[in-house]
Formats: sequence, C-alpha cells, structure tokens
Amino acid sequence: MRRLGPILGILLALAGCGKPDFSDAEKRTIASLALSALPPLKPDTTNRFADVPGAAALGSTLFFDPSMSGNGTVSCSTCHKIDRQFQDDLPQAQGLARTNRRTMPLAGAAYSPFLFWDGRRDSLWAQALTPLEDGREHGGNRAAYAHYVKNRFGERYERIFGPLPDLSVVPANAGPLGTEADKAAWDGMSEEQRDSVNRVFANIGKAIAAFERSIMPTQTRFDRFAAALASGTPIDSDAALSPEEVQGLKLFIGKANCSTCHNGPRFTDDSFHNTGVPPVPGFPVDRGRIDAVTQVTADPFNCLGAYRDGPVDACGELKFMSKAAPELIRAYKTPSLRGAAGRPPYMHAGQFASLDEVVAHYAKAPASVEGETELHPLRLSERERAALVAFLKTLN
Amino acid sequence: MAFLGRYILAAIGLAAVLVGVLAAVYLTAPRQAGPDLARTKKTVNGLFVASIAPDRDPITQGELHSWVLTLKSAAGDPVENAAIDISGGMPQHSHGLPTSPQATDYLGGGQYRIDGIKFSMSGWWTLHFNISAKAGSDSVTFNVVL
Ligand code: HEC
Ligand code: HEC
Repeated sequence: MRRLGPILGILLALAGCGKPDFSDAEKRTIASLALSALPPLKPDTTNRFADVPGAAALGSTLFFDPSMSGNGTVSCSTCHKIDRQFQDDLPQAQGLARTNRRTMPLAGAAYSPFLFWDGRRDSLWAQALTPLEDGREHGGNRAAYAHYVKNRFGERYERIFGPLPDLSVVPANAGPLGTEADKAAWDGMSEEQRDSVNRVFANIGKAIAAFERSIMPTQTRFDRFAAALASGTPIDSDAALSPEEVQGLKLFIGKANCSTCHNGPRFTDDSFHNTGVPPVPGFPVDRGRIDAVTQVTADPFNCLGAYRDGPVDACGELKFMSKAAPELIRAYKTPSLRGAAGRPPYMHAGQFASLDEVVAHYAKAPASVEGETELHPLRLSERERAALVAFLKTLN
Repeated sequence: MAFLGRYILAAIGLAAVLVGVLAAVYLTAPRQAGPDLARTKKTVNGLFVASIAPDRDPITQGELHSWVLTLKSAAGDPVENAAIDISGGMPQHSHGLPTSPQATDYLGGGQYRIDGIKFSMSGWWTLHFNISAKAGSDSVTFNVVL
C-alpha cells in the first residue's frame, strides 16, 4: 500500500498541470459572466429619442454643462467624471452640498430597470431629472432649466423634439421641489404651463439618457480569459489568469456564493438585497429599497406617468415591482463589479475603503441594523480572501 | 520487472476505483439533489389540478416573462372565476420573488395568464399559488430550476 503514495502523487500532478481545469458547470458560469454574453441594449420605447444621435449629442452637452445648476458650478460630470469611470472616488458625493450616498459609475446603467442604489427611478431619463432639482446636487429648478435650454440650445432642441412651448409667462424660477419661493411660483402657474415646463424638463432627461446609453463596460483581462476558455484556444499572456486569480474566480462562482447576486456579464442581478452593510454613523436613517418603492410609484416621470412615449406594456418592471416584502428593508441594488477594483471606496455610502474590507465583510456577514441580511458567514482562509481580491482585479 | 508490474497493476486498479466512484457520484447526484419539477400537480387538498407553462423555454434569467396557469377540477372541468395569489422565492436563500407577479387575464378553458415573473438568479425557485374558486380555496407549489 505504501507504494501507492507516489503514484497517486504523479496522477494528481498530471491532472493539475497545464491549463486551469474547470468543471463543465464552472465553464458555463464563466461564459455567462463574460462581456461577450452581454446582449445588445434593447430599444427604450418609453423614450423615442433614446437612439436618436442628435438627442445623444445634446444630452452629452447638457451632461458636461455646469450652467445646468442653481449657481452655475455643478454638472453631471462634477460627480460622474469621464476619466474616472463616471464616478468621483468619494465616499459620499459632493455637489452644492454633501449627499448621503456614493456616486455610482455609469457603464451599462442603461441595462438597469431601476436606477439609484435604492432604485427610486425606473428609467435613465426619469433618473436624470432627480439630481437637477436636488438642493445638494445641481440645486436648480425645472422652470429655470426650461428657460436656459430654450435660450441657449433652442434651435438644437426644436430640431429633435419639435417646437418649444411659449415660456414668456413662466416665472424665471419655479418648481415643486425647490426653495419656498420656487414652490410658491410653481403653485401660481396654470396646469397647462406646468405641463409644458414638465415636457421640456422630461425631454432634457431623454436627451441625457440618449447620451448615457453609449456608456458601456469594456473588455477586461477576465473577458479575454473567458473567451479563450470557451473556444478552447490557447490562453496567451494578455488573457492569462495567475493561479491565485483562478482560485479567486473558482471561489467567486463557488464556495463564496458571490455570483448568486453578482451574476451575468455585468456582474449584477439588477435586484435589491440586504447584505448587512452598516449605516454611516450620524447619517439620517436610510432604509434602502423599502422606501424607494413608494418614491418610484409617486414619481410623475415614471413609466406609468404622462411623459412616457410608446405603449404602456413597457412598464412591466414598475407594474410588477415587489413592494412590501420584509427583505426590501435596507436592500440596495447589487452593483456591477466591472472596474470596481479601480474605484474605491465601496458600498452605497462608501462604507468600506478597500476590497480587503469588502471581502472581510462577506466573510463575517454581520447582522443588519434593520431587516435581515441575506448573507451567511463564509469560512475563508487568508489566502482565499486574497484570491478573491486578486480575481476582482482582473475585472479592470 | 515484477516491481514495475505491480505498480502498473496498482495504477490500473486505482484508476478503476476512481472511475467507479465518479460514475456513482455522477449517476446518483441529480436524483438526490433535484426538487420535483412536475409542471402539473394536484393542489394540497386535492380541490384542483394545476398546470403551469412558461411563455418561453428555456426560461431566461433576469427577464420579466409570463406563464399560463391552467386550473381543472378534480373531475377535469375547467375552473373559472378563480382568484389567484402568487408568491414564491428561493428556499435555499431565504428570499422571495424579486417581483410581485399577478394573474392579469382569463384566457378561457381554465387558463389564467400570470404576468410579471422574473428569476433574478440561477438555482432552485418555487412558485406558490393560492387559489380561491367556487369549489373552495386551495394552494399548490411548483419548483423551477434555472
Ligand atoms: C453631487 C454629485 C452628483 C451629481 C451632480 C449627479 N450625480 Fe448621478 N449620482 C450621484 C449619486 C450620489 C448617485 C447615487 C444616489 C443614490 O442612490 O441615492 C448617483 C446615481 C446616478 C445614476 C444611477 C446609476 C445606477 O446604476 O443606478 C445615474 C444614471 C446618474 N447618477 C446620472 C446622473 C446624471 C445624468 C446627472 C446630471 C443630470 C447626475 N447623475 C448628477 C451623484 C451625482
Ligand atoms: C445577496 C447578494 C450578494 C452576494 C451573495 C454578494 N454580493 Fe456583493 N454586493 C451586493 C449588494 C446588494 C451590494 C451593495 C450593498 C450596499 O451598498 O449596501 C454589493 C456590493 C459589493 C461590492 C462593492 C461594489 C461597489 O461598487 O461598491 C463588492 C466589491 C462586492 N459586492 C463583492 C462581492 C463578493 C466578492 C462576493 C462574494 C464573497 C459578493 N459580493 C457577494 C450583493 C451581494
């Protein structure tokens, strides 16, 4: 019997050398995570300008224009920086004041049925209107935006969206969410005036959304590796994963359960989960998805509202949204992990400074301050934790 | 030579054992692990026979889609005017469905259109139907594996 030892060793060594070996199930999961599995973006029938190049060009102008703000200093790109994966590297975003959430990167956001960490908007165009009127972000009001776009970009606007309404009797500043004076001015406007301002405002969102649809995730080393693995071609050096990265990948799709939520080519299920991430001490109560369902239902620019283009059957996500389940308490949208290694800090309010801290959180799976975490503690050795982090870095 | 012979014999023996073990694992695993995937079932108290069919097969992960639920009485007659409540989730992850599906249309012949179903991850899901009709109330749970 003692002589079997060396033979077993040789057999195992033979099996272990050469290409990294994956089971068929692992290979299927890896293929499902590769960028090549990303389907083309579906048309957005609720925004008939979504794929109109002129609309995207105007949207791009507006995205980078600091005049689109209360005091002329804040644009979308103040926080969504083009050379920083369209985010700002801060734990909480800073516009006219500090917000309570971290700026989200924008690559592939157009695929997401609900926007924001809590999903309180149901389309890119409805989302774009929210920061414009948030006092901590752009701090403007919709009447002022309508006037600005008419004066500054009137011709371009009309070529895309048709004639602008008569705004001569609309106050310079008015909106339902602004200062007390803005609100009073808004209340003083006729129903018809308010609707015509809302229509210009919605079109601003639709132009910005058309631009954002072009912001897509890009090929990474992991994708080259996955492509080579799928086609059975030799894995050359710019597609190679180190043994540590391969171990991390196996953990990610195996024992560590990461790919149950971070699944598909964008590494997200587009769903909301309580993962027990602690709130930031001193911040107002943040209950995540459970409060957002009320907000997205009440949003006048949601899919079921008056400013949608196209038929109502595009509104399934809103219509069949889960509203009351206890698991929505402190649930946040699963973020894409593409590029994550290059943009700390992490989580909805920048709670963790590094990927090491993120993985330590998953290993420990602490209880949630409210509601219940879906995570279970993981038994991960130091080497395994490092391997998970090493794998995440291949997604850059 | 005799030594080498014994090595070769031992190696062959070991390989055979490995193949045997792998075969045993491979052949028995699916039967032990999988929940029952029947698409037609009697409801818990036997009031109805329920069948479900997705509008697409294979079912795509992460996309809203519809199913048709067909309800027959125990005698095989279509069940009309049923009130249907749908829930479900992932038993192994202790969470419910990511959406709240609804019966949106009666198609005749005991068939009901169920809209708004989404499976956001692969794995074992359940779909649970509470059914109330003239004959009474009953429920049934189906398993779906993606
Ligand atoms: C003050 C910084 C700031 C400005 C300015 C800003 N954003 Fe954001 N953006 C954020 C933060 C913070 C979040 C997450 C907020 C939350 O979840 O509550 C976010 C989220 C988003 C999302 C959601 C992404 C997803 O995956 O759900 C989109 C899209 C977006 N912003 C686009 C825009 C556009 C378009 C503008 C300009 C009209 C803009 N943002 C202006 C900070 C900013
Ligand atoms: C139950 C679903 C779920 C599982 C399982 C899960 N995640 Fe997450 N992940 C989330 C959610 C939700 C967030 C955002 C939470 C928040 O901000 O409060 C997140 C955030 C992250 C982030 C931060 C990304 C960013 O941009 O802030 C990283 C990195 C991450 N997860 C990696 C992992 C790894 C590695 C595993 C496996 C050990 C894993 N996740 C398992 C749902 C999950």
